[in-house]
Amino acid sequence: MLKDSDRIFTNLYGFHDWRLKAARARGAWDGTKAMIERGHDAIIEEVKASGLRGRGGAGFPTGLKWSFMPKQSDGRPNYLVINADESEPGTCKDRDIMRHDPQLLIEGALLAGFAMRAHESYIYIRGEFIREREVLQAAIDEAYDAKLIGKNNVNGWDFDLYLHHGAGAYICGEETALLESLEGKKGQPRLKPPFPANVGLYGAPTTVNNVESIAVVPAIMRRGATWFAALGKPNNTGTKLFCISGHVNTPCNVEEEMGVPLRELIDRHAGGVRGGWDNLLAVIPGGSSVPCIPASQCGDLPMDFDSLRDLKSGLGTAAVIVMDKSTDIIRAIARLSYFYKHESCGQCTPCREGTGWMWRVLERMAKGQAEKREIDMLLNVSHQVEGHTICALGDAAAWPVQGLIRHFRHVIEERIDAQATKPLAPSVPVAAE
Amino acid sequence: MSVRRLAAEQPETFAFTPENLDWARGQIKKYPKGREASAVLPLMWRAQEQCGGWLPEPALRYVADMLDMAYIRVYEIATFYTMFNLAPVGRYYVQLCGTTPCWLRGAEALKDTCRKLIGEPNHVTRDGMFSWTEVECLGACVNAPMVQINKDYYEDLTPNTFEHILIDLREGRKVKPGPQDGRHSSEPFGGPTTLIDPKLYAEDTSLELGPEDVEYALLDNEAKKPSEAASQRETPIPKPPLRDSTGKKRK
Repeated sequence: MLKDSDRIFTNLYGFHDWRLKAARARGAWDGTKAMIERGHDAIIEEVKASGLRGRGGAGFPTGLKWSFMPKQSDGRPNYLVINADESEPGTCKDRDIMRHDPQLLIEGALLAGFAMRAHESYIYIRGEFIREREVLQAAIDEAYDAKLIGKNNVNGWDFDLYLHHGAGAYICGEETALLESLEGKKGQPRLKPPFPANVGLYGAPTTVNNVESIAVVPAIMRRGATWFAALGKPNNTGTKLFCISGHVNTPCNVEEEMGVPLRELIDRHAGGVRGGWDNLLAVIPGGSSVPCIPASQCGDLPMDFDSLRDLKSGLGTAAVIVMDKSTDIIRAIARLSYFYKHESCGQCTPCREGTGWMWRVLERMAKGQAEKREIDMLLNVSHQVEGHTICALGDAAAWPVQGLIRHFRHVIEERIDAQATKPLAPSVPVAAE
Repeated sequence: MSVRRLAAEQPETFAFTPENLDWARGQIKKYPKGREASAVLPLMWRAQEQCGGWLPEPALRYVADMLDMAYIRVYEIATFYTMFNLAPVGRYYVQLCGTTPCWLRGAEALKDTCRKLIGEPNHVTRDGMFSWTEVECLGACVNAPMVQINKDYYEDLTPNTFEHILIDLREGRKVKPGPQDGRHSSEPFGGPTTLIDPKLYAEDTSLELGPEDVEYALLDNEAKKPSEAASQRETPIPKPPLRDSTGKKRK
């Protein structure tokens, strides 16, 4: 288990004060000026050496992403945009950073902004987080008042940090949709290329990073890349906030080492699976977008990007949704399909039509009112949605369905068989919506 | 996608209160010159707060004029983003999370509570006090099941505690936002398994707060007085809006 002294988010639960004075007493803003004096590229190199991979779900190396930003300005400013539009079902880690340890995020924003030569930064927080927004804005104001950020601040890099909020659209967590929304438009993703590092916010070079990715940077700089890289495993380094929800005895957020075995994570921190480990049915290991994995694969499973990818799932946002044997797995996935239908932005046809179609079929399958050949048809359609849309929402809608069919086809078939022995109600055609 | 339309009945006019107008001008300054449209979401949100929780069509035109945007651009934003209510809502607007993590922990039972005490979704009770709707993940999954009532999250609910909250709100009694089962925030029930080494907090002398001493860890004074936090919503025109910390002056 990770030692308490190696934890980055020491006020994760808000038992301590979030305000600047207390945050500094816990170590925030310690030696920030000296880090900045090391220079832009030294910070990027340090983050690269730490092996930090983006915490927003895709796991792209953060230092590498920063190095794509132009080093010489062509007259356009560089922007850092921080993605706090945390909406992935199962995920609630950034919320705790923002309401309980906001100074870590603000300090990280300054360091990241300096590294990529950005003088301005926007934090895009989801609209529903109203109280979190108030705390974060107050923390930003405190940092301004203490001259830690802003023009002519004590750290020696002019840096303005603005808080912007959304209004309830999951898709705005996709980086280009977020930029569209920040520009005052509907949040519909942009075609890439050009990538945001070339043409991003207001047509200027932009990097979009997740809250957690930014908030761990000060710790990496203070303690050194070797400390961070020594935690976890090669290519999956550092600590990670895990959100354990669903059928466990004590659901919680917890910071653990990358690669912690799933069972240890659940048993030690979340009080074990409801009804004991043998009562486990399946786990969605990384937020709703990744395919579920059945209990048989869960035991010693290390929770990191590569191990989960090998199981055709993913670490995603490290939101572990646990389902015990009382769960109607078809209905659980159907509810996720409804989520994606609701949140599709409507721009690409495969996603707009496909998400609703998959949801309607799964709703019928949950009742057993389907034919077995439709299982393969559903799988086929999910593959036609996957990879054929501008952004990854189409993929995210397809993967849970594919995971369900991969591991629980027999459950669907049994339900169809059980229903077949009952008299069928006449099927009513449903219009597409 | 969700299909959303403007309400059939609309008020004649809309204008920001002087306080909100000041605030709005401050917001617009956050964005570069020529990019004022960026402020559209915060301004629309403030307009919705001023109108008692929904966004009438004149407010859309007002915001569009203020930001020099075409009306259709603002209309499409109003129908795209689901937090904009296009028809009136109750004074206590209950948004119930029904996505899988909450569903696994009993969101369906909370829906029954809503049906029992409030009625069908998206309908305002006759006294104007309540309306409810099912929403998608609100991002408090380790505290599932949960609802948002106006600005506050109410977490770790059971049908029983939820029913009490609704009744207390109706009767004008205080309610406490946050977890309802005695937890402080997202730590495991019964106490944290991590962050228990006192050495971590050796220099953090500002704190003699133990878990039981800490109220909901928020700046906003209203938030610490739960009944006000949940119940106070800006009434139209005369009353200035609740100050929140997005104003720069606040200490």
